[in-house]
Amino acid sequence: MSIPERVAVRLRVNGEEAALMVPPYKTLLEVLREDMGLTGTKHGCELGECSTCGVLVDGKPYLSCLSMPLDLEGREILTVEGMSADGRSHPLQIAFAELGAAQCGYCTPAMLLTAKALLDTDPHPSRDAIMEALAGVLCRCTGYLKIFEAVELAASRDGITAR
Amino acid sequence: MTQPTEELSIIGKSLIKPDAFSKVSGQTKFADDLALPRMIYGRLLRSPHPHARILHVDTARAKAHPGVLAVLSGDDLPIKFGILPVSQDEEALAGEKVRYVGDPIAAVAATDEWVADEALDLIDVQFQPLPALMSIEEAINSEGEPIHAKGNVHKTVALEFGDTDEAMRAAAHVREDTVFFEGNTHLPMEQHAALAQVAADGKLTLWTSSQTPHYVHRALGKVLEMPMSRIRVIATPNGGGFGGKSDIFSHELVAAKLALVTGRPVKITLTREEVFYAHRGRHPVLMKVKTGFLKDGRITAMQFQSFLDGGGYGSYGVASTYYTGALQATTYAIPRYRFEGVRLFTNKPPCGPKRGHGTPQPRFALETHLDKVAEELGIDPVELRRRNLPKADSRTVNWLRITSIGLGECINKVVEGSGFLTRRTSMPKGRGLGFAVSSYLSGAGTAIYWNEMPHSEVQLKLDRNGGVSLLCGAIDIGQGSDHILAAIVAEVLGVSLQDIQLTTADTDLTPIDLGSYSSRVTFMAGNAAKAAAEKVRDRLFAVAAKALQCDADDLIARDHRIARRGRPADGMDFAQAVQLAEAQGGGVTGTGSYTPPKLAGPYKGSGVGPSPAYSYSAAVVEVDCDRKTGEVRVPEVWIAHDIGRSINPMLVVGQVEGSVYMALGEALMEEQAFRLGLHKFPSLLEYKSPTALETPIMHTYLVETIDREGPFGAKEAGQGPLLPVIPAVANAIYNALGVRIDEVPITPEKVLKAMHDKTKRVGPKSVPAFEFPPLIKADVPDEWKGK
Repeated sequence: MSIPERVAVRLRVNGEEAALMVPPYKTLLEVLREDMGLTGTKHGCELGECSTCGVLVDGKPYLSCLSMPLDLEGREILTVEGMSADGRSHPLQIAFAELGAAQCGYCTPAMLLTAKALLDTDPHPSRDAIMEALAGVLCRCTGYLKIFEAVELAASRDGITAR
Repeated sequence: MTQPTEELSIIGKSLIKPDAFSKVSGQTKFADDLALPRMIYGRLLRSPHPHARILHVDTARAKAHPGVLAVLSGDDLPIKFGILPVSQDEEALAGEKVRYVGDPIAAVAATDEWVADEALDLIDVQFQPLPALMSIEEAINSEGEPIHAKGNVHKTVALEFGDTDEAMRAAAHVREDTVFFEGNTHLPMEQHAALAQVAADGKLTLWTSSQTPHYVHRALGKVLEMPMSRIRVIATPNGGGFGGKSDIFSHELVAAKLALVTGRPVKITLTREEVFYAHRGRHPVLMKVKTGFLKDGRITAMQFQSFLDGGGYGSYGVASTYYTGALQATTYAIPRYRFEGVRLFTNKPPCGPKRGHGTPQPRFALETHLDKVAEELGIDPVELRRRNLPKADSRTVNWLRITSIGLGECINKVVEGSGFLTRRTSMPKGRGLGFAVSSYLSGAGTAIYWNEMPHSEVQLKLDRNGGVSLLCGAIDIGQGSDHILAAIVAEVLGVSLQDIQLTTADTDLTPIDLGSYSSRVTFMAGNAAKAAAEKVRDRLFAVAAKALQCDADDLIARDHRIARRGRPADGMDFAQAVQLAEAQGGGVTGTGSYTPPKLAGPYKGSGVGPSPAYSYSAAVVEVDCDRKTGEVRVPEVWIAHDIGRSINPMLVVGQVEGSVYMALGEALMEEQAFRLGLHKFPSLLEYKSPTALETPIMHTYLVETIDREGPFGAKEAGQGPLLPVIPAVANAIYNALGVRIDEVPITPEKVLKAMHDKTKRVGPKSVPAFEFPPLIKADVPDEWKGK
């Protein structure tokens, strides 16, 4: 292979339109991180096994390591960078910080976005519903408990569905 | 002097850690998040054979591939290295031989990661495969070519403290058990990555996800034959470490070499599969424990044997070997003790330190052993432990100095919290309760390389507005070390956490800290931070006392003020005091350092085990076993940890909960298993680890013993609480089903097999025949003479 061909792709990420020229084999994960500078989205396996690369597409958890940007034109993509608005952190981000739910912080972006998708459809979820929703996102640091508690704390506060 | 809790404004409070918002916003830059202009990508060619001679490496076709800028092989990096000075047995790229599947052989730098991958396929390597040695037994009994020239035995230890045979003969009851602990790996969510850049003047900078940047710095100097002053190592925040990033890795040395060769910044990020093969995780250990008891349950003597399956290289293995025998006597008062250990080379990825380094395996052996003894003696397992507790301010028979010990209180907490003594005899069908205890180091008392210098240093620089720059070599791996440093300095100076500006783990800027391993940072860097803060505070007090016309001893620093005790109005703002000090004597800076006391006993091999303080833990685990499938679930865990003092209770609880989680993974599912030299499941899907759905209810109790040498009385939290959980699971399964699974992990297959076996047991029957060297008979401390 010499210099890879590039194709034009239009993506809507965190409410902003972007027009990019990228090699067609690049995954959404790679385009977000390498072409758009959105390194808040992490990689854990690049095989769709750990959900570390999770983003939201039209509000639903999505594995960016298995997604091709060309398939996602016209869809609404949200990354961790888009969770805060007007300089204010999302209630989930605040709760995660307050309760020590982010230790190394590597799974945190995907964990936050997955929790957001849950709260957006179920603003006051049971502990079981939280465990079920987050079961696909692996965390090696926390033992998950502080993450559950942070989701519950955020849910208990007003304004959770503001964004 | 220990300050009373009520006088503390930051220590002991569950405050938000300094890096929390950076992490929840995705702003934290991990190593692979970094990119530089003109950056190119490196990839490693790894061995497909577990054991083979390299006959020839031809890189011509790879070099000719468009987009390839450099190709390296063994000849380009011939100098051997290793984390321990006694085990310099690794090459960045193997020259003559490969010793495990995954051993790096060659490397490519290219304009694109895909191009680099293509070029790897164009490197032609001729191998002469050799028989692979894949187990402890095969390594001992092999008559073929050994894995290393000196043989397959990497390290032996044979120590005795007092006459254990005599004490065994005098015992009323003696029991012997043989158990096996399979290896498992750290599995940090972040894959290792390193980025190297060479400046126009030739100076090399390496950013790396490392727990031990100082040791990486030393290895780069050695392997690249460059003065360390021409190399800068910056550790990036680790996306999980657990010991897995505390070694020196091929990709770090190779990225640096490729940057030197090409003049371009080079990044190497390992794939998940490569992380499994890079490993350095939990050693598989086969163990035999024999203990003598008096009728009342007091221990008279213990003999412990360990066989470690080390993998292809030395790594931390010499220390790991000692650790399998070191901490038995810090948990129990053992009057006579013998330890024999051997580490074998095998053709698997090298093992090293994982959370609890070398001690979870013997802990599993010892705590299941004591559970069995308790039943034989008719003493409940809690009482058996209580009768053997060591004392505070004592010395073990193997010369380890115990300062504070809160084990008795830890036991009380979990036993009362769980209702262990009453509930365990009346559990519903398939349910069981298990109990175990442990101890761990608050930092290794000796450095990895012999030297007389401090283990940790902290520099402070105060600015005219009252801000404090804090510089320290420690790196945050998620355990919260940034918070510990900031909290201690803020407490001493009476400022807030937000006033502290941290710069960490940058060998150009920060003074030494040996690294985030052996649970040492809170204790050692914490003490250095406290010393530095006290130095600058004393200088501020001196100028303030003069201005306020009072005695410096009468002053306190609190709420951004330096004022007279009990008279906050009678004082000045912190920033004012800084300005006054600067006007009178120039820049306000201070350095504090910490050197552990000399604790090694009078025998060869006494360097591994000593720590300035030991933490203690106790756990009760409840299991729910499916008698049809053999599946074991853990609905509830009670865990107590003697933390000395919590600098931040929320972070301590986080470490405890994370330890419980990791222990349950090891106890029930995680294993590094191999077939034909290959890892059976080097992926996150197939290497089973607990998910959110397996999370038990956890009751965490923090016990404070205010250790006299810890910073504000603190001890470690990151590793100790893992230790009692694994044997407590095994003991709970016995309580539930009446079967003994003397082998970790306790998989459904093993449970079913034990239920259907006459012996009601699964586990090793014996240890291989191996001739240990003659015992080094060490003197015992005075307090154990004649006992």
